[in-house]
Amino acid sequence: MSGNNLNLKLKIWKQKGPNTAGSFVNYDVSVSPDASFLEMLDELNDRLERNNEEPVSFESDCREGICGTCGLVINGLPHGPIPKIATCQLHMRNFKDGDTIYIEPFRAKAFPVIKDLIVDRSGLDRVIEAGGYVSVNTGSAVDANAIPISKDVASEAFDAAACIGCGACVAACKNGSAMLFVSAKVSHLALLPQGYPERFKRVEAMVKVMDELGFGACTNTYVCEAECPKGISVKNIARMNREFINAKIKSKTVEV
Amino acid sequence: MIKLDSKIPDGNIAEKWTNHKFNLKLVNPANKRKYNIIVIGTGLAGASAAASLGELGYNVTAITYHDSARRAHSISAQGGINAAKNYQNDGDSVYRLFYDTVKGGDYRAREANVYRLAEVSGNIIDQCVAQGVPFAREYGGLLDNRSFGGAQVSRTFYARGQTGQQLLLGAYSALARQVNAGTVKLYTRREMLDIVVIDGMARGVVARNMVTGEIENYTGNAVILTTGGYANVFFLSTNAMMCNATAIWRAHKKGALFANPCFTQIHPTCLPLHGESQSKLTLMSESLRNDGRIWVSKLKGDMREPNDIPEEERDYFLERKYPSYGNLSPRDISSRSAKEVIDEGRGAKGQEAVYLDFEDAIKRLGRKAIEEKYGNLFEIYQTITGEDPYKVPMKIYPAPHYTMGGLWVDYNLMSTIPGLFVLGEANFSDHGANRLGASALMQGLADGYFVIPYTIGDYLATQKFPSVTTGHENFKMVDQEISETAEKLLSIKGKHTVDEIHKKLGRIMWHKVGMSRNAKGLAEAIEEIKELRKLFWQDVIVTGNGEELNQTLERAGRVADYLELGELMAVDALHREESCGGHFREEYQTEDGEAKRDDENFRYVAAWEFAGESKWKLTKEPLEFEYVKLSQRSYK
Ligand SMILES: Cc1cc2nc3c(=O)[nH]c(=O)nc-3n(C[C@H](O)[C@H](O)[C@H](O)COP(=O)(O)OP(=O)(O)OC[C@H]3O[C@@H](n4cnc5c(N)ncnc54)[C@H](O)[C@@H]3O)c2cc1C
Repeated sequence: MSGNNLNLKLKIWKQKGPNTAGSFVNYDVSVSPDASFLEMLDELNDRLERNNEEPVSFESDCREGICGTCGLVINGLPHGPIPKIATCQLHMRNFKDGDTIYIEPFRAKAFPVIKDLIVDRSGLDRVIEAGGYVSVNTGSAVDANAIPISKDVASEAFDAAACIGCGACVAACKNGSAMLFVSAKVSHLALLPQGYPERFKRVEAMVKVMDELGFGACTNTYVCEAECPKGISVKNIARMNREFINAKIKSKTVEV
Repeated sequence: MIKLDSKIPDGNIAEKWTNHKFNLKLVNPANKRKYNIIVIGTGLAGASAAASLGELGYNVTAITYHDSARRAHSISAQGGINAAKNYQNDGDSVYRLFYDTVKGGDYRAREANVYRLAEVSGNIIDQCVAQGVPFAREYGGLLDNRSFGGAQVSRTFYARGQTGQQLLLGAYSALARQVNAGTVKLYTRREMLDIVVIDGMARGVVARNMVTGEIENYTGNAVILTTGGYANVFFLSTNAMMCNATAIWRAHKKGALFANPCFTQIHPTCLPLHGESQSKLTLMSESLRNDGRIWVSKLKGDMREPNDIPEEERDYFLERKYPSYGNLSPRDISSRSAKEVIDEGRGAKGQEAVYLDFEDAIKRLGRKAIEEKYGNLFEIYQTITGEDPYKVPMKIYPAPHYTMGGLWVDYNLMSTIPGLFVLGEANFSDHGANRLGASALMQGLADGYFVIPYTIGDYLATQKFPSVTTGHENFKMVDQEISETAEKLLSIKGKHTVDEIHKKLGRIMWHKVGMSRNAKGLAEAIEEIKELRKLFWQDVIVTGNGEELNQTLERAGRVADYLELGELMAVDALHREESCGGHFREEYQTEDGEAKRDDENFRYVAAWEFAGESKWKLTKEPLEFEYVKLSQRSYK
């Protein structure tokens, strides 16, 4: 497995807080090709700490590509050069000795920088709170097999539900749009009979909050799908647009 | 000394919970909003509890150190969740799930708790489906099940390899709904650093705002900890990077007894180490053992490529030793067997690894079928190792994964501090000395959705609560302790980084308090941990200051706690002179090397009371088995 260490030049975005200006800082590192990208940053931080220098703040948790905590823009691409993985799943064997690597936070109007590579993505939670659920209290559910759901539909719903909420779609979009994220939740629930009764109310409420929070409009460039670590399809956006129009037609209080 | 009252209700095991629920006092619906309940953690246990309590009308404060409630460690569970639905008509029942769980835990869990867990398991699946959790289905549209982790019935519900994610997103959505309704106030990026006890009752918590560094006070009528397990004491484990023991450890130091701290689970199917910079270990779902065959070479020091080793020179050691369970033998047994063959020098190409081979399964079922079942796991494997498991057998090795021990709780899930409840992996309650696969998700959700909503009402309805504000002197005291500790950590400015010391601790724990233990090693571990703790407090370096986002300071606080908890784990392991489940003492084994329990002397829960640095008092809760027959676990 193991080869020789890679010697790399890192240019990492450092920024004290949301209201201070940031800039790139250079670091040289030497790292095993078997290490993960984040392990490279761990090693760098360990070295900085040992010298009583300020380490680079970045977030990660499961390091298995499922929690959605990590998220770096690497050489201009959210989650780096390999498609369909999160930053934590990127390994150094994908880089060459002597490479220069730019590392930046996810940037979007709705994602203010907290520090260095950490941004505030809580807007995504606000959108879910607006309606990304089925209104069923604990204890009031019917037997799980009472409503059969065809395997295909369940599978399609799953594809949408696989979103990890990392925000790469927002960071990839030139408008900072959250349409892929929001439409994935709308689709997941609209496809299932359990989510059916509230589907119109849900889509209206979620879209309203999404707009209020400063996420941009969708102009169909599809980079969101390309950068999504879970390959969530832009078909969900089309479905959400349909849901939204239907909701507006059904709704008594049409806003313009 | 504290007298433990487990509050197990009387009556037949099948009626205990029903009767108990009837006997519990209720809180008048109009009064519920006057009670403030603090929930620490928003994993499966916390999100389900906070949402359910909010729905009931309580005023809930939910706190998590994550940036979003959706990211708790529960999200990474892959394999599935058990429930005694018997949809497969293969002989499952509440009684069988109960029986299997007690047996699987090597008879070190409370019968009544486990029975209740099995009893509510079916409701969990109903609830999750109603929330829109997309479990796997069959062509007829009904739910699919698989057999998992050594069960002989198919009772595991799953959502591809992402069951934890889908269950957590379900609980998170229920929580989001309550946040929207205003019954739950959610505080993210807050790390709880202590509980506040006033007049003997848990009345609040103190947390650090991880963005601003401010110390914040929260008051409540009860506090619920759902803060997960402590396997990261080993540094390398399958747990998420931020998982830690701080919440339960600080509660322990405030008077909550810690039960069975040495009961840890080492999972057999994780990816082997790649080198020094390794930050955590990746679990490969146990479901792989349904079709994969585990083997090593019969020869010592065999450096051949696995595909060059002919069939007759392979040792399928689990199939050989445990013919009836084979590759599906329980986790503790499988892990230990792997360690044995590696210790004999028969690891894969001389490494600390064994093979998990799909060649036969691919021949039998076709590549497509294997792809359908395990495609995403195979991809994960390839991304990390750069090897193609369709062609070359996977390499796996055991890793710390789950902690059965935790804060002691009674049948109502209340700790020894009145008003402090503990749910999910953070408590010790249901898994005894070894947890069965797919039972942690079940327990977390059982505790949160179906147990705490009943039991907490009884506590609230039967107490008088003097009014308490954050100005109370006990809050001030705790605030001050916390600030002083942070200042101390920041001022040492020594030579050793936090991670370096954590790694050292991990190595002590892994070698001496890990998969197999002996008296000599444990006694050494205790001394080594004390030394390391001294080194930490004299010579650690923590950069930055406390008034800002400071991840080094966060980690330093957690490692400080591990350096105490690790010692207690060794103390507990040393005192338990028997082998049971995940606790294997080399001195106590049968002739053929299996765990040898000592039911006469150790059939109890060991609950430890903190009595000052390196001092603990042991209280024993005897375990009575009325329904399950004690026997030596046999998987042969
Ligand atoms: C890789 C992996 C796979 C697994 N697969 C399975 C499986 O297939 N089936 C199964 O049944 N089990 C599985 N398990 C076990 C199971 O996932 C866990 O036991 C379970 O999810 C724990 O849930 P929890 O709610 O108790 O804690 P967690 O999900 O760990 O949540 C803890 C919460 O507490 C918060 N918290 C902790 N401390 C503090 C603090 N001091 N201040 C503020 N907040 C705090 C965290 O932010 C988080 O929200 C797996 C575990 C791992 C590691």
